Amino acid sequence: MTRWTRKDLLGLEDLTREELELLLEQAEAFKEVSLRPIKKVPALRGRTVALCFLEPSTRTRASFELAAKRLSADILSFQGSSSSIAKGESVLDTARNIEAMRVDVLVLRHSTSGAAAQVARGVRCSVVNAGDGSHEHPTQGLVDLYTIREKKGRIEGLNVLIVGDILHSRVARSDFWGLTKLGAKVTLCGPPTLVPPAMELLGARISYRLEEVLPQADVVITLRLQLERQQEKYIPSFREYARAYGLDRAKLEKAKPDLIVMHPGPVNRGVELSPEVADGPQSVILDQVTNGIAVRMAALYLVAGAHPRHASEVPEPNPEVAG
Amino acid sequence: MKTPILDSEGIRKSIVRIAHEIIERGRGPEQLCVIGIRTRGDFLARRLAQALREMTGRDVPVGVLDITLYRDDLGRMEASPAVHATEIPFDVTGRRLIVVDDVLFTGRTVRAAMDALTDLGRPESVELAVLVDRGHRELPIKPDYVGKNLPTSKEDQVQVHLVETDGLDEVVIGERVA
Repeated sequence: MTRWTRKDLLGLEDLTREELELLLEQAEAFKEVSLRPIKKVPALRGRTVALCFLEPSTRTRASFELAAKRLSADILSFQGSSSSIAKGESVLDTARNIEAMRVDVLVLRHSTSGAAAQVARGVRCSVVNAGDGSHEHPTQGLVDLYTIREKKGRIEGLNVLIVGDILHSRVARSDFWGLTKLGAKVTLCGPPTLVPPAMELLGARISYRLEEVLPQADVVITLRLQLERQQEKYIPSFREYARAYGLDRAKLEKAKPDLIVMHPGPVNRGVELSPEVADGPQSVILDQVTNGIAVRMAALYLVAGAHPRHASEVPEPNPEVAG
Repeated sequence: MKTPILDSEGIRKSIVRIAHEIIERGRGPEQLCVIGIRTRGDFLARRLAQALREMTGRDVPVGVLDITLYRDDLGRMEASPAVHATEIPFDVTGRRLIVVDDVLFTGRTVRAAMDALTDLGRPESVELAVLVDRGHRELPIKPDYVGKNLPTSKEDQVQVHLVETDGLDEVVIGERVA
């Protein structure tokens, strides 16, 4: 069996197929913990997990917090508006100060692509990327892989359709890398302004017409349309977007009957999903939320193990990184 | 060099004898459940439960416990060991539990198993059955049922092979190759 040796989890692009499978298998084992009357195991007892969310987030932060608590870790929480980042401190300085408090795992959400990787190079503690700009959101990608495998029994050979604002979506990138490595065929669909054509070079199929690609799909992942995209002129109006790319019952009639519908949340009802689809029998959106905890428990457990406790007890400045 | 300790018949007889002792000691089989510690304890637990079913004519539920998350050396290893699911399809509260493992050595696995069980409920009692007790305890733990007491040196390697995992039933002892 593959062993996890990475200090950090920064993105799914870096991982091998075996590492992805290990994460999914471990998540499977952790799922049982949340079904117990006492939803807690002592695996990270005495370890500290810092949740550093420098961009608004409700469910990802809550999911990481519960995952860390169910592993018995101690939690330190930082949020953007109240943090010293608001006073002008660089993210690396913030991270080093958090590390100096003997934190073992730093979970980081930041609006700049590459922020997690930059921080990971500059600190000795483990870093888990909880979303960096439009780059990656690896644990959400793993949640989607896990949920697809749970519902479909496999990933290899499936047609997975990702619909919406691909251009700005870190979830779409993590999904794309994970799904491709595990053998699914990925189609990206959205308005031409929001689908980067270069993704075709990486092996994705690209389409601007939902009705052409929906009938082949086994899984459809709809993405949240950020409200500011209309002001930025990426789309003419929400109503027009919904007509072309929003998933409603009429469009689903032409899809496979066993299609599953996913969304990373929060849903703009009536834009990317109609309420009857979001709440319908094919929707697995709440399963994604439930699975998020097991997946994040697995991620925290594996990175913490690749970073033995003594590492945090011997602070040593890293001369290679310029402050 | 490997010295045979138990063959397939020896393992079978040990399990039957332990089943008899369990029934003799208890006040009735109603609340009896068997829980195996992964991996080989799991298969021994299934065999023990089968023997108990044949003797009592009652169903004896079986569960499997993964103790990885309760190990006392998690922070000291190079990488996190693989976690497997705990599958106990019944409420342990009020039950008479027989915990089964293949080899009892330092006692640390059993300590972890007791903590794991406590998190699942409040059993009426917990008893320990092992196929081989090789001594060298590092914690105050004593088995209730033993298939074979085996004096060993700390360097010896006691290997339990089972049909389910290794293709044959045997217990052998060999010196660790330096």
